Amino acid sequence: MGHHEKQSIVSIIGSVLVIGFYSLYVYRNYIQADMELLNDFQFWGKSFLYLIPVAIVVQIVIQILFAIANRIITQEDISDITDERDKLIELKSIRISHWIFTAGFMLAMGSLAMGMKPYVMFLTLISSGFVASLASEVAKIIWYRRGA
Amino acid sequence: MDEEKVIISNNIRRLRFFAGEMTQQELADRTGVTRQTIVAIENGKYFPSLELAFRIAHTFNVQLSEVFAYYPENDPVHKKLSAKQAKKEKQ
Repeated sequence: MGHHEKQSIVSIIGSVLVIGFYSLYVYRNYIQADMELLNDFQFWGKSFLYLIPVAIVVQIVIQILFAIANRIITQEDISDITDERDKLIELKSIRISHWIFTAGFMLAMGSLAMGMKPYVMFLTLISSGFVASLASEVAKIIWYRRGA
Repeated sequence: MDEEKVIISNNIRRLRFFAGEMTQQELADRTGVTRQTIVAIENGKYFPSLELAFRIAHTFNVQLSEVFAYYPENDPVHKKLSAKQAKKEKQ
């Protein structure tokens, strides 16, 4: 398995951990105590704003730890070159995640249009962002295995 | 790989051998790409940009046609265009 494939797997694990623990944290500390928060726009705004930097920092820390562990275990020097194939695969995976997030955004707006509660829209937005990021990493693994 | 369906083949493995069994990593370093990209090109899983193709040829000091070969008879786009051209000529 190539370094990029390992990186994508680590990124998937990181995303699952972040969204899992963050959702659990928010549910236990806020929603469980007051279910009305689900319809509070300020609550959702804060939840989104805190999730983004937390996810970025956790992903960076996980990738650094992975790079150190990989270096110790495999003793291989990882090239820091991003070549044309890497860029092509990156672009293709971004396109996939873009389409999935766009579909999720449409679903979220659809839920509002159908008169559903606002929390359905916010949950759909978060879920589509999460699925888009997972799909992007899975696509990268597939393309790195296929060639491009 | 099914030989019938090869559109573009390459001689990189052979050229590396004649260049003193140059390693894939060495070739990658000389052409500014990763070893995985060289592996993908060698296995016919990835077709490089024209720029990289020329860089590979330059590394071995040969013409581009000595590195890559094109088989139009296996290219569906070429077949389609040829059929179109033949149809036009008939008319």
